[in-house]
Amino acid sequence: MSDPLHSALAVLPDYLSQHVLLSAAALALGVALSVPLLIAARHSARLRWPVLAVASLIQTVPSIALLALFYPLLLGLSRLTGRLFGVRFQALGFLPSLLALTLYSILPILRNGVTAVLNLDPAILQAAHGVGMTSRQRLLHVELPLAAPMLMAGVRTSAVWVIGTATLATPVGQTSLGNYIFTGLQLANWVWVLFGCGAAVALALVTDQLLALIEFGLARRRPRLAWLGLCLLVAGVAAAAAVPLAAGRRGGFVVGAKNFTEQYILAALISSRLRAEGHPVTERTGLGSTLAFQALAGNELSVYVDYTGTLWHDDLHHRSDPPRATMLSELRTQLRRRYGVVLLGPLGYQNAYVLAMRRPQAAALGIRTIGDLARFAPRLTLGGDLEFFARPVWHDLERRYALHFRALRQYEPAFMYHALLSGAVNVIAAFSSDGRIAEDHLVVLKDPLHVIPPYDAVILLSPHGAHDPALRRALEPLIDHIPISLMRHANFMVDRRHDKRTPRQAARWLAHAAHLR
Amino acid sequence: MIALQGVCKTFDGGASYAVRDVNLEIPAHTFVAVVGDSGSGKTTLLKTINRLIEPEAGEVCIDGEPVRSVPPHELRRRIGYVFQGVGLFPHLSIAENIGITPQLAGWPDDAIRARVEELIDLVCLPRAYLTRMPAELSGGQRQRVGIARALAARPAIVLMDEPFGALDPVTRDGLGGECRRLHEHMQLTTVMVTHDILEAVLLADRIVVMRRGRIVADGEPHELLAGHPDPAVSTLMDMPRRQAARVRSLLEERTAHE
Repeated sequence: MSDPLHSALAVLPDYLSQHVLLSAAALALGVALSVPLLIAARHSARLRWPVLAVASLIQTVPSIALLALFYPLLLGLSRLTGRLFGVRFQALGFLPSLLALTLYSILPILRNGVTAVLNLDPAILQAAHGVGMTSRQRLLHVELPLAAPMLMAGVRTSAVWVIGTATLATPVGQTSLGNYIFTGLQLANWVWVLFGCGAAVALALVTDQLLALIEFGLARRRPRLAWLGLCLLVAGVAAAAAVPLAAGRRGGFVVGAKNFTEQYILAALISSRLRAEGHPVTERTGLGSTLAFQALAGNELSVYVDYTGTLWHDDLHHRSDPPRATMLSELRTQLRRRYGVVLLGPLGYQNAYVLAMRRPQAAALGIRTIGDLARFAPRLTLGGDLEFFARPVWHDLERRYALHFRALRQYEPAFMYHALLSGAVNVIAAFSSDGRIAEDHLVVLKDPLHVIPPYDAVILLSPHGAHDPALRRALEPLIDHIPISLMRHANFMVDRRHDKRTPRQAARWLAHAAHLR
Repeated sequence: MIALQGVCKTFDGGASYAVRDVNLEIPAHTFVAVVGDSGSGKTTLLKTINRLIEPEAGEVCIDGEPVRSVPPHELRRRIGYVFQGVGLFPHLSIAENIGITPQLAGWPDDAIRARVEELIDLVCLPRAYLTRMPAELSGGQRQRVGIARALAARPAIVLMDEPFGALDPVTRDGLGGECRRLHEHMQLTTVMVTHDILEAVLLADRIVVMRRGRIVADGEPHELLAGHPDPAVSTLMDMPRRQAARVRSLLEERTAHE
């Protein structure tokens, strides 16, 4: 068990510093927005009501959806500014996370502040005018100081929320302590999940206590304590800012990965090859499927591995089903023409969707093909990953084989296999390169109508990356050099329940086993 | 001199008037008590003088200058104001509370400190209280601080809105006497709103009686005590006289026994 802990500690400076920077920026921006709003709205019921209503409404949007929605919004905006002013910005990662968290941070500060100001003793407010204060002096000398303790309580609540919610920035490509949680969840690495939770909780507690120190110093008029708290907070943020600077990771290649085991292993493999050639590398793992492609097309990733069927149907939105070789060559030209993305070449194996069942049940029902399944489907439940049921491949399977299941259930891939073994579902949409198919003795149902398209794993390079000979040189040896048996075993090394390996270790094994130069 | 001419104030768009067509002249160095029932408009009248309330009609002048022509915060720094609820700033020390108006007016720190010490002596509180917070003081002590705060920037005029309303009778009497003493000592023009007619009789040079927004009587205490054509005013003034007579007869009985 010391190994996952060791590997978690190794990336802690990176994850923690990025988490701190994101949270601090969001909180600072939240305070900078909500205090002027509070000042403007405090004496005007007409303004106060809509401002608080909007802030409450934002709070009710599920945080992960809020984070996700900023990506397409920023992408559109970036394209617009690109067209108008020739300036484009990163729509993935820091910016959408920052905006979503900032919006999230506003409500507690605003509501506490408004409550505090509305509850001030009217005699004191009148006294402020009576002794000759202007409205501005009354605000600075009376209203804000008296509201400060409750306002600070709002800032503390907000800080804890922001730090907790920042863990959800991982799927939009922002490294955070959430990387432990999302990666751990995918790889069934519970030490990482716990480590991520623990780190986020510890960070929230420390921040809360430092803010409490500031609050105490303000309330008891002990400015030294308040300054001490503020200095410690600033020092923490400065230290976090120093980590990426010290690592000198500006520039270099960005290697992307979607959110399942194989992708983590391939990202580790690609990164290690680039590092071996002396190039600085950043990894952005755990990305949503189409998000990864758009990020690549926008040059926010340099390289990642995708699958022909996914690209054909989900990213290029074709309805046709050409043969394997045609699809590959068509993708090559169309991706280049439409996005400037270069398909460097196939890795040599397929990771197709397959429908799989437990062997005893398949045998008992006499099911060998998806055609056989159709008869029993009304009595069975199908489990899929979070994207499967929205994909064209599922609609085609449903239509061509006339599949009508009793129920459909969505799972994180890691949990889908557990669901099948525990009997919560009877059939799963598994992945053909998955090591757990062999480990769990599952039956893969045949697809006699060839509805499931080919899913050749292919290396994609971003428009900028395509022109980089170093990138091509480092990755070309991978082309057609990874057979399905090796990929399956590498996946299995990470996914199995005993003697688990990290994606990095599996990547090292894969490089060795595939005799990669 | 404070002069009010045809001052009107309504809070409901003219359906009723809190102050209606009031004319009043208060010569410098006079101590005027404004008395009347609650709702008679006395506090509203007081607040038109330092523009805490702006009248709908009429004009308030101080030494011939209309108060409307002075920015409100500057006007208020020249006029001391003592509140019924005291209104000390709970987050400021006693010294900071007393020194607030000089500080707003931009006095140098040394001058503020000297003035604050002078005032805490004048209102008979120990200097050790200067570093305390308002919550650590009793009600009477707080009102002494309130008075010191009103006097801090050397105003020529002090307005007092039921300053002793929340105090016990002994504290009330003591503070009333000190206000009068300070009034003499600093040659102030004082306008005090009170519903306590005895207090008005004992402290003021002149009593103004208000009812339903209008002035119904205006005179020196002994004139009003001698009787007034308005039956309500004469009933009002009868009260201190009856109380005094009762006290006197009690004292005489006691002397006779001895």
